Amino acid sequence: MTNIVIVGVGGQGTLLASKILGYIGLENGYDVRVSEVHGMSQRGGSVVTYVRISNDKPLYSTIVEQKQADVVLAFESLEALRALPYLKDDGTMIVNTQELLPMPVIIGNAEYPADCLDRVNEHGKVIQLDATKIAQECGTYRAANVVLIGVLAKKLPFSYDQWMKAIEANVKPKFIDINKEAFRRGYEL
Amino acid sequence: MKRLMLGNEAVARGAYEAGVKVSSAYPGTPSTEINENIAGYEDIYCEWAPNEKVAVEVALGSAVAGARSMACMKHVGLNVAADPYYTAAYTGVNAGLVVVVADDPGMHSSQNEQDTRMHAKAAHTPCLDPSNSQECKDFMKIALEISEKYDTPVILRLTTRIAHARTIVELGEREAVELRPYKRDIKKFVSMPGNMRGRHIFVEDRENRLAEEANTMSINRIEWVDRSVGVITSGAAYNYVREAMPNASVLKLGLAYPMPRKLIEEFAAGVDELYVIEDMEPFYEETIKSWGIKCSGKDKTGVQGELFAETIASKFMDKPEPGPMETQSIPVRPPVLCPGCPHRGLYYILGKLKLTVCSDIGCYTLGALPPLSGVDTCVCMGASIGMAHGMEKARGKEQAKNTVAVLGDSTFCHSGITGLLNMMYNRSVGTVIIADNSITGMTGHQHNPSTGFDIHGNVAPQLNLEKLCEAMGIEHVVVVDPYDVKKLEAVLREETSRDELSVIISRRPCALIVKQPNIPFVCDKDKCKKCGMCMKIGCPAIRKTADGVEVDPTQCVGCGLCSTICPFGALNAKGE
Repeated sequence: MTNIVIVGVGGQGTLLASKILGYIGLENGYDVRVSEVHGMSQRGGSVVTYVRISNDKPLYSTIVEQKQADVVLAFESLEALRALPYLKDDGTMIVNTQELLPMPVIIGNAEYPADCLDRVNEHGKVIQLDATKIAQECGTYRAANVVLIGVLAKKLPFSYDQWMKAIEANVKPKFIDINKEAFRRGYEL
Repeated sequence: MKRLMLGNEAVARGAYEAGVKVSSAYPGTPSTEINENIAGYEDIYCEWAPNEKVAVEVALGSAVAGARSMACMKHVGLNVAADPYYTAAYTGVNAGLVVVVADDPGMHSSQNEQDTRMHAKAAHTPCLDPSNSQECKDFMKIALEISEKYDTPVILRLTTRIAHARTIVELGEREAVELRPYKRDIKKFVSMPGNMRGRHIFVEDRENRLAEEANTMSINRIEWVDRSVGVITSGAAYNYVREAMPNASVLKLGLAYPMPRKLIEEFAAGVDELYVIEDMEPFYEETIKSWGIKCSGKDKTGVQGELFAETIASKFMDKPEPGPMETQSIPVRPPVLCPGCPHRGLYYILGKLKLTVCSDIGCYTLGALPPLSGVDTCVCMGASIGMAHGMEKARGKEQAKNTVAVLGDSTFCHSGITGLLNMMYNRSVGTVIIADNSITGMTGHQHNPSTGFDIHGNVAPQLNLEKLCEAMGIEHVVVVDPYDVKKLEAVLREETSRDELSVIISRRPCALIVKQPNIPFVCDKDKCKKCGMCMKIGCPAIRKTADGVEVDPTQCVGCGLCSTICPFGALNAKGE
């Protein structure tokens, strides 16, 4: 059983990431639970998506709770910090080092913690990367989600070809090549 | 074939397989994707209704006419539709009628935590409560069968974690369901007192018969494990109970109402300690206690927010309490108006003019948050107009000159038209602003009668908002582009100062639908005086730096509002 928490900011493409993960689980005979956030929270707020796949234990709950996540996939640094309580003690944090300022910071009512990534790093198993920059090099910053999936893929028991199929099945045809390249860059990191 | 489906998608699939012919809905999180997915099935007639009351009336008419039918809505939508629903409970149906209602414990995207099981009981109608997508599909079919067998509308109740979770579903084929014959039946379908007295007898008898059958329905099932602890539960709570208490015996209620008394008594007698674990209200617990059965649950979980497995483990299994999820040192990230949102300029001017703003349900509710902080009230669909009028009647004309009602195009069509009619009729001098972004925004861009397109995206007859207002006899109807904040300010000053009712239509399509040329703006650091004016509009693309401000080119959509507001001409489109 693997519990994954995907966190980010509304509009960053967390839904596509969870779709790809759910798809590859199903295609490989796993039981799957994916919980998504729609509606108001999507408008630039914090978003959390849960993905659970299992081929041993039965799954019931559609969400991942504190200290249950094998992996947290964070699309943004502050959201990585916020998501730390989800991680198992030996869980892995994969974090995109991009910083998006929340409105209370923009208007000066709060400060973006300067030691944000240091606090995340205290956890131990942390993989940091500038997925937004890597995605830009592949053709669009919007593919940062798939760069991060590429990093995550190494932790999961599916072959490279299976991941390619999952991307083909879930990405709009005109963006498949860019996303395959984005995946490869993450995978080979 | 197996597919990974959202609960909402699975409800739509269940409707398709069960031969549903007509579906009407108004979008509302977390229910919206049901009707969006229905739209993908060519065999089902499907529409966006202007509101949930109309949706239920359409579905009832269609069911009475002999076709399996459904209406979908969020929990508060059933309040709007309660009028037809409660009497449909008396008239009954012909072909099956299911009203799918999605509750939102934890208020992820809602204004309250009301529990639809209470509505089902108050209307004396059955309510089903699925726990995963497979059950969403299966229960949709069972709900239609119950509806036809017992001649009653049925509620299929979802919650956010069921509606918006993907789990695996086994697909089936569409059943060929013939139209049932329609024949006039005045005693049943004409809700005059004399007829309905007779129907009330039927309703009571129906409820008793259904409660009896509930004892043997397969969707109410006992999972015997260790008998020292037994749990009665349903819906999402069932999933958390199974995770947190794998050894407990469980009575899973698929039919939330009416409750199976004999089955519950049998289960209670078979366990040493009985817990009732349910989201929201103590709906099962109160009834079970009223039967003299000893049980507990809500004293430990309370009625607020969502249940979680970790809460259940700590309250019922003596596991440690979960720690706090949020630490104070991490700034919150509330939702915001998107970059380029046409509502931003509107709220900036409303704030500048220091107006009292009765706002409404939609993206523009986000104008309540800092730095715009421009909303006084927001209650329910359409309340902006009624409340602004009430403020005027309580405090007089001077109040009306400092007050506006703000609501979107979809909300206006939903419940604003009658409020405006009331203002006209009762001699209001107030100002109503229709923030027309030509889409139902917050729920993810659904069409409505004012957009000119139907649920399939095909061209449809379009309501002309200004002609409608003029037809009501309102003389002052002004259309203005909210990107043109100078004109908007002038119009607002003029219309609020009038001794007559005015409507301002602030019209500019949602920035996520009609994209700007997308030339990002940049700050000329030589011209920037760090005055902070551009920070007052709360644009997520603008951030303060040591030597002025910086515009994030990945977020800026080039709307130019910051440029209009900057007194020193420091913010300009890149290359200008």
